[in-house]
Amino acid sequence: MNFDLNEEQKMLQKMVREFTEKEVAHLDEKMDKSGEFPYELMKKLADNGFYGIPYAEKYGGAGGDELSGALTLMELAKGSMSVAFTLATHWVPANALNNFGTEEQKQKYLVPMLTGEKLGAFALTEPGAGSDSAGIVSTGTADEDVWVLNGNKVFITNGGVSDIYVICVKTDKTKGAKGISAFIVEKGTPGFSIGKKEDKMGCRGSSTTELIMKDCRVPKENMIGNEGEGFKIAMSILEKGRMAFGALGIGISEACLSVAKKYANERQAFGKPIASFQAIQFIIANMAMEIELSKALLQKVASMYEKGEKCGTEAAMLKVFTSEMAMKAAKDAIQVLGGYGYTRDYPPERYLRDAKFLEIAEGANEVLRFVIGSTILRG
Amino acid sequence: MEILVCIKQVPDPTVEVRIDPKTKNLVREGIVGVINPYDKNALEEAIRIKESQGGKVTVISMGPPQVKESLREALAMGADEAILLSDREFGGADTLATSYVLAQAIKKLGKVDIILFGKNAVDADTGQVGPIVAEKLGLPQITFASKISVDGNILLVDRHLEEATETIKVTLPAVITACKELNEPRYPNPLKIMKAARKEITVWGKTDIQVDAAKLGLKGSPTCVLEIFSPSKSTQVKILNGSPEEASQALFTVLREDKVI
Ligand SMILES: Cc1cc2nc3c(=O)[nH]c(=O)nc-3n(C[C@H](O)[C@H](O)[C@H](O)COP(=O)(O)OP(=O)(O)OC[C@H]3O[C@@H](n4cnc5c(N)ncnc54)[C@H](O)[C@@H]3O)c2cc1C
Ligand SMILES: Cc1cc2nc3c(=O)[nH]c(=O)nc-3n(C[C@H](O)[C@H](O)[C@H](O)COP(=O)(O)OP(=O)(O)OC[C@H]3O[C@@H](n4cnc5c(N)ncnc54)[C@H](O)[C@@H]3O)c2cc1C
Repeated sequence: MNFDLNEEQKMLQKMVREFTEKEVAHLDEKMDKSGEFPYELMKKLADNGFYGIPYAEKYGGAGGDELSGALTLMELAKGSMSVAFTLATHWVPANALNNFGTEEQKQKYLVPMLTGEKLGAFALTEPGAGSDSAGIVSTGTADEDVWVLNGNKVFITNGGVSDIYVICVKTDKTKGAKGISAFIVEKGTPGFSIGKKEDKMGCRGSSTTELIMKDCRVPKENMIGNEGEGFKIAMSILEKGRMAFGALGIGISEACLSVAKKYANERQAFGKPIASFQAIQFIIANMAMEIELSKALLQKVASMYEKGEKCGTEAAMLKVFTSEMAMKAAKDAIQVLGGYGYTRDYPPERYLRDAKFLEIAEGANEVLRFVIGSTILRG
Repeated sequence: MEILVCIKQVPDPTVEVRIDPKTKNLVREGIVGVINPYDKNALEEAIRIKESQGGKVTVISMGPPQVKESLREALAMGADEAILLSDREFGGADTLATSYVLAQAIKKLGKVDIILFGKNAVDADTGQVGPIVAEKLGLPQITFASKISVDGNILLVDRHLEEATETIKVTLPAVITACKELNEPRYPNPLKIMKAARKEITVWGKTDIQVDAAKLGLKGSPTCVLEIFSPSKSTQVKILNGSPEEASQALFTVLREDKVI
C-alpha cells in the first residue's frame, strides 16, 4: 500500500494549484455575483490541456490516471467550484464516448473534447424524472437512417455552452430502463434548442439549462452502444462521476479549512486570537480529520477504478460522505468567522451555496444511502 | 536552432527565507526549490523560438539531485532534453566556479546557437553567471533582454535598461540573459508532465565533462561568503507624554541623542 503521490501526480497537482491560484480563484466571486459562464477562463483551461487530463494520449488526452483527474478537480474546486464542476461534467459525456463509443465516434467527438476544442454535457434528468431516472419520457423513434428525438431535459450542466451533448431517451416505451438509448447530439442540430437557464443558489458560474428536442433528427451512427443500452451506460458513467464529486467536495472543504484557519489565527477576542479557544480548535480539528479521511477513501476509489475493479458502493460512500462534509465545513467556516462569515464580503457563505448541489446531483444522498445500505445488507 | 537554457533552482521566493544566525546558512528545511523566475522567462523564450524556427531546447542546471524536479518542470513546459550537473565536488561554488562547470558542459554539448540565462538568480542575486559563461566561451553577450526577434542567424534584442531600451543586433551564436518583461512563461502542460515525470534525467559528474579539479566547487571559488544575516527589524514604539510643548521638547532630545538631528 502506498499513499504517496507519484512524480506525475505531484507535478500535475503543483501545476493545477498554481494555475488555480493565479488564473481562477480571483474570478470566482465575480462569477457568483454575475451568474455568467466564464468563457474566457474555460478557454484558458482548454488551452492548457485540462480537458483531456485523465484520458489516453491517442485520443488527445494527457495520459493521466484516475487519481490525476481527481486531483485536478480537487485543486480547481479550492479556487472555484463552478469551474471545477464544469470540467467534471465535461468528463461525464467524455466517459460515455471513451468507454462505450465506437472508434469513429471517438475520433469525431471524443478527440475534439479532449484536446479542448469542444465542451460536452450529459442529459438524463427530465421534469418528471430525477432520482427515478428510468422513468424518463422523452423519445427516440427510428426513421430510415435517422433517429427522431422528442422531449425535454432539465438541470443539464454545461447546457447552452456545450458543443456536444450525450442525451438519453426512450427508444422503446414498452420497456423500462432497458428501453433507454444514448445519443450524441451536436449543437445546432435542427430541432435541438436550449430552454430556460436555471438561476441557481450556488455554482453560479456553471451553466445549468433545459434542453428541448422537437423532431430533432440525428444520424443512426450517433447512438452510443446498442439500442436499449443507454441506462446501463448512464449508470456506469454516473457512478464514476461520484468519484469526481468526492474530489469536488474535498476541494471546497479544504478551501473552508484554509479560510477558517487564517481567520482564527488573526481574529482577536478577549485579548487572544480565537484560535487559542478550544471550541475553535475542535472545529478546525474536525474539518481536518474528515478531509484527511476523505482523501484516503478518494485514493482507494481511484485506485479501484484504475484496476478496473467494481467500486460502485465505495464511490457512493465517498460521494455521500464528502458532500455532507463539505456542507458541514462551509457551515463551520461561517461560524468561525462569526458575523463576518454571514456576509458576502467573505467566501464561506458562497462555499455553502456552492457545496449544496453535491448532496443532490449525481445520485441524491438519500438514494445513494439506499444503494449502500441495501448492498451491505444483501452481502 | 540549438537552444540551451541554464536554470538554477532557488528557494521559493514567495516564502520568506530565514538565515540561521549560527551557521550563517539559509535555512533550507521545508522550503521548496523552484525554477528561478527569470530562468522561466529564458525557457519560455527558448520554447517560442523553437516553435517558430524549429530546433531543440536543452535545459541544464548545476546543483544537488533534487534539482531534477525543476528540470522535469522545464521538460513539462516544453524543453526537449535536460542535463543535471551534479557532483559532490561542484558544491560550494561561487559564480566563477559555477560558470566554469557550466561552460565546460556546454563545450561538451557541441553546437549551440543561443544560450539563455536569467538576468540573475533571486537568491544570491549576482547576475554574473551568464556574462562569465559568455566570456569563457568567447561568445557575444546581451543582458536584460526584454524582446527577441529572430531573422535567420541574426537576432534583434531589446535590452531593458533603467531609463531606456537599447536594441542590439547580434549574429549567432550568442549568450542572452532574460528579464521578466521578455514574456509570460507558460504553465507546464499535462501531457508533457506525464512524459517528463517518467523520463530519466541525464546526470553529468566531474568525470563526464573535461574539468580541472582545482577549479571546482569550494576549492575553485575565490569568493567566500564571510557573513550573511537578515537585517534586524526592531521597531520600538515610545510614547512621549505631556503637553504639546513638553512632548516636542522630549522628541527633540531623543532625536538629538540618536544623532538624527
Ligand atoms: C446543480 C445541478 C446540476 C445537475 N446536472 C445534471 C446534468 O448535467 N445532467 C442530468 O441529467 N441531471 C443533472 N442534474 C439533475 C440531478 O441529477 C437530479 O436533480 C437528481 O437526480 C435528483 O433528482 P430530482 O431533482 O428530480 O429530485 P427527486 O428525485 O424528485 O428527489 C427529491 C427528493 O426526494 C428524495 N428521494 C427520491 N427518491 C427517493 C427514494 N427512493 N428514497 C428516498 N428518498 C428519495 C431525493 O433524495 C430528494 O431529496 C443536476 C442537478 C443539479 C442540482
Ligand atoms: C546569500 C548568498 C550570497 C552569495 N554571494 C556571492 C557572491 O557575492 N559572489 C559569488 O561569487 N558567489 C556568491 N554566492 C554563491 C552563488 O550562489 C553561487 O555562485 C551560484 O552558483 C551562482 O550565483 P548567483 O546565484 O548569483 O547566480 P546569477 O549569476 O545571479 O544567475 C544568473 C543566471 O545564471 C544561471 N545560473 C546560475 N546558477 C546556475 C546553476 N547552478 N546552474 C545552471 N544555471 C545557473 C541562471 O540562468 C541564472 O538566472 C552567494 C550565495 C548565497 C546563498
